[in-house]
Amino acid sequence: MYGNDFGPPDEGVDQVKDPDRDTAHADAAAAALGEGLLGEVAAAEAALAEAAGRTVGRAAADADEAALQAYFDAVIAADQKIEPRDWMPEKYRRTLIRQIAQHAHSEIIGMQPEGNWISRAPSLQRKAILLAKVQDEAGHGLYLYAAAETLGITREELVEMLVSGRQKYSSIFNYPTLTWADVGAVGWLVDGAAIVNQVPLCRCSYGPYARAMIRVCKEESFHQRQGYEVLHVLGHGTPGQRAMAQDAVDRWWYPSLAMFGPPDADSTHSAQSMAWKIKRFSNDELRQRFVDMCVDQARSLNLTLPDPDLRWNAQRRAYDYTQPDYDELMRVISGDGPCNRQRMAFRRQAHADGAWVREAAAAYAAKRASDREAVPA
Amino acid sequence: MSRPGLFDYLLALGDDALVTAQRLGEWYASSPAMEEDIALANIALDQLGAARLLLSYAAEVPDTALPARTGGPLPVAARPLDEDALAYRRDDRQFRNALLTELPHGDFAHVVTRLLLLAAYQVPLYDRLAAADDPRLAAIAAKTRKEVAYHLDHAATWVRRLGDGTAESHGRAQAAVDALWPYTHELFAPLAGGPIDPATLRADWERTVTAVLAEATLARPADGWAPGGGRDGLHTEHLSYLLAEMQSLHRAHPGARW
Amino acid sequence: MTGQTPTPAEPLWEVFVRPRRGLSHGHVGSLHAPDAELALRHARDLYTRRQEGVSIWVVPAAALTASSPDEKDAFFDPAADKVYRHPTFYDVPEGVAHL
Repeated sequence: MYGNDFGPPDEGVDQVKDPDRDTAHADAAAAALGEGLLGEVAAAEAALAEAAGRTVGRAAADADEAALQAYFDAVIAADQKIEPRDWMPEKYRRTLIRQIAQHAHSEIIGMQPEGNWISRAPSLQRKAILLAKVQDEAGHGLYLYAAAETLGITREELVEMLVSGRQKYSSIFNYPTLTWADVGAVGWLVDGAAIVNQVPLCRCSYGPYARAMIRVCKEESFHQRQGYEVLHVLGHGTPGQRAMAQDAVDRWWYPSLAMFGPPDADSTHSAQSMAWKIKRFSNDELRQRFVDMCVDQARSLNLTLPDPDLRWNAQRRAYDYTQPDYDELMRVISGDGPCNRQRMAFRRQAHADGAWVREAAAAYAAKRASDREAVPA
Repeated sequence: MSRPGLFDYLLALGDDALVTAQRLGEWYASSPAMEEDIALANIALDQLGAARLLLSYAAEVPDTALPARTGGPLPVAARPLDEDALAYRRDDRQFRNALLTELPHGDFAHVVTRLLLLAAYQVPLYDRLAAADDPRLAAIAAKTRKEVAYHLDHAATWVRRLGDGTAESHGRAQAAVDALWPYTHELFAPLAGGPIDPATLRADWERTVTAVLAEATLARPADGWAPGGGRDGLHTEHLSYLLAEMQSLHRAHPGARW
Repeated sequence: MTGQTPTPAEPLWEVFVRPRRGLSHGHVGSLHAPDAELALRHARDLYTRRQEGVSIWVVPAAALTASSPDEKDAFFDPAADKVYRHPTFYDVPEGVAHL
């Protein structure tokens, strides 16, 4: 999903303290990320194809629930994918619907902070790039809504849950984009954090979600790079441009760290999601990965990360860093961020303004259908 | 190529596309369905791409061929010329787009109706320009005509649905057609410097548009008031606001790279 | 008046794209549209932005609708010059990793 900054689940999914995790997973992620995020996406795609070739036996047509559960467990254990018409535990279905929907909502709301700068982009090339990027976000929202729909929920229900506020979107989008440099900072930091979260989901056990994530991650890489390039040009530009870029990084750094959710020690997170291979790494593991990536990248930008305590820890072989303000995260999640009301009002307005168009299109389709029926065979 | 008036001609076509893209860009995330947001973004990107090719070509027209006729000479700040100098450092009096493209958008009916009226003109225009004896302009046109054919198709698809949908959508579509119709005459006014006379595109345009309106059960408005002036840099009050927004950041940092 | 009546549910369409000549159409996802004509156009805009295809089918529950070969150029060529949609378009300074 975009981040883990959604607040508590809105459905009764079991939340238990994390059991011992397989540290091999974290090491594998570190190695894979080191080879580049696109490489990791490609590896996930290859693994998906490879696992598809393994046979797991078959569930008998008249199997009872225990046998179906056993077959489901065997498919997960073999790293094969659960597909829409397979039997699955009801909680697995509901957990996935919530996670995929919140991710989709994040993409849709995420169009707003960057769309804010389309009309003022400072060159025609930047305008084209930003238009294409905001368009991609709509596309990602649609891929994900489509994946959620394979689980037996409708688009109308999903949209209703967003505009009614019953389901959340990533809290990062409740911050404003105040200058052009924010477009760069959002691309580099927010999309960068999103990719760190999303790349492991290319290996998610649910087939339609994993396939959607592979597609999304390939496209997100363009987003992260364009953001980095925007900041790089500003960081090496005029004093005014560099100041603008530093200000944006100063404002977006800690909210980006908060995208990974509360620290593991303070939070419950779903061991069940780990077991089901829906979630694959803890919040802190992913956050550390992100910090380690960003430090070197910031240097090349000629910009500094706003953390005086950021330093290499040779023992941990990772950077020590200051945690984001999780109280602030909780306030934003609960609705009191700078832009929560604005983002929701915009989405509701667009949805309401479109009602007469959707009615017209349905009426037109119905007329054409009845025209066809009226034609003698 | 430095035909007299070529610079102005390229600006007219390029500004139509640029201002269209700017208006469509304002519409992001506001469509009746998310699928449509993606479609309109594609169309905005196509128009922006055409604008960049045309303005880049205009920027290379030799200085001696630059006319001083349109809305006064180019400001000194606009030199040296490139696509961004032409897009960001000209004032509204130097823009040569047709007024149709700069009108603020209203509802979704207004968005797709304007696109229909414009694309129905751009399709025969670029079809003809693709055979022009100016190879660079012909190459731009050959690329652009495929894009605008899709814009026309998309706009017509929606106008048919809105016109022949519900009573409300019919009313909104007819209101959009009535409001925009007077501004279409300017598209066919004489335009110096180009290889074709815009008046010769009118029959094609009329045939396309009236066929779509008929399918959409919409009335073709009577011809009458025919506002113009955009090709000479005399615009509506709306354009300077559009440019103020579009150019604000670029102009705030003179000489900066982006 | 709008807003009073519930939004009519738009049918779901499955989208199949032929990536290149010689390959069969493959399922790429789904979308919503009120009718086949719009479903096909939305499929083009949603699933072939990066030249992923040369032909599209959209399939409702029962029927099958394919794009016409005549429309191939207007459908797919406009994506050809949007190189900035691909990450390789961007210059990454020497030595910067993980992008």
